[in-house]
Amino acid sequence: MKPAPFTYHDPEHIDDLIALLSEVDDAKILAGGQSLLPMLNLRFLLPDHVIDINKIQALQFIGRQGNDLMIGAMTRQKDLLQSDTVRSACPVMQVALQYVGHFQTRNRGTLGGSLCHLDPSAELAAIASLYNAKLTLRGPDGSRNVNFDEWPLAYMTPNLGPNEVLEKVNLPLWEERHGHAFVEFQRRHGDFAIVAVGCLLAVDGSGSITRVALTVAGANVKPQRLTTTETALIGQPTNTATFAAAAAEAAKLDAMSDAYISREYRRKLAGALVKRALVAATASATGVPAYA
Amino acid sequence: MPDIRTITVTINGKSFTRRVETRMHLADFLRQELDLTGTHLGCEHGVCGACTVMLEGDAVRSCLLLAVQADSKTVTTVEGLAANDGSLHPIQAAFQKHHGLQCGFCTPGMLISLVSFLRDHKNPDEGAIREAISGNLCRCTGYQPIVDAALEAAAACYTQHEE
Repeated sequence: MKPAPFTYHDPEHIDDLIALLSEVDDAKILAGGQSLLPMLNLRFLLPDHVIDINKIQALQFIGRQGNDLMIGAMTRQKDLLQSDTVRSACPVMQVALQYVGHFQTRNRGTLGGSLCHLDPSAELAAIASLYNAKLTLRGPDGSRNVNFDEWPLAYMTPNLGPNEVLEKVNLPLWEERHGHAFVEFQRRHGDFAIVAVGCLLAVDGSGSITRVALTVAGANVKPQRLTTTETALIGQPTNTATFAAAAAEAAKLDAMSDAYISREYRRKLAGALVKRALVAATASATGVPAYA
Repeated sequence: MPDIRTITVTINGKSFTRRVETRMHLADFLRQELDLTGTHLGCEHGVCGACTVMLEGDAVRSCLLLAVQADSKTVTTVEGLAANDGSLHPIQAAFQKHHGLQCGFCTPGMLISLVSFLRDHKNPDEGAIREAISGNLCRCTGYQPIVDAALEAAAACYTQHEE
């Protein structure tokens, strides 16, 4: 038997889940299982209780709420990838999803699971950062909201209490017409990205940038919004010089080293990918290819 | 005290009821409890794809699913691909023709992934097939004959769909 012994629970309603979370100690919530099950199989994690939320239908939905795209935490990656609502409201999420694992893991993996596991390279966390998604958490004292910029507390540690569950994710959509891009670098298709970059970009009639969002994932322990680079881009024309300056600024970001990839290489990738993302987002925004 | 539940799973059209520990993953359930050893186990953390089965028609890693999560659901394993008279599924026949297997360890996962993929994608090109099996590792590195077999099977399946 691979996992260490635990007691299994499979509530069908959120209220039962919340009650259960307050009742038991040392519980892990099982969503799609594409990260938790490996950790249980390898016995990196030894929880006393595993609470499976796959039977809670109320956590699986995709819809619009005002100007937000609203997604239930247990919504599977496959369903996001096939959703017409996501395609029209947030096409960049579907571009990013094509990099998430393989179709066999996307059949199980969920949005909420990815955001709570919070791998530094996770594409869906990068998308949540790009929109500064509003996360709704449920606990014994009711609901609270956390914006994504306050969600990662440390390496793979979300701002989630032991008796709370992520219920839904709201992405505040841009009202103005805009382009998008999601690019990443990995050693093999389906591997975690070494660095990934997401970009949303709006330009005015004269071709100047009016609004831009840039997120870098994988470079450090949590996704980073490049706010300095974003501010510097406002009012600039979408041309080679602008993209090169943005790439140079992006390459100064705070990056991590590990046994395989150095800080310097991650920075270099961040710069190169920011440039590629800006070029692609400009083409997507204007319908005219841009060259860098 | 082990946490035990009674589950009923329909596998390849046949219903099985067993008492299992809730921590047992589906691949161990298939292999150890039901002797359905066609499903192989490589890495047991979702990377190699050897244990791929279909759950309610979707290709999934059976090492990343608890057996108890398959309760009241249908599962298709490699044993369920050939017809009852033993005649091979078109993808199995194409693998045989093109020597799409060497040691055979990855084959069950490759077949299940491709059956599921070709059901949802009519007439895919070579690039799409390579991406579809990118989650299945062949340590003999015999990918080219597997892709050749998949391309032929795709054409055969496409013709069948059109009929």
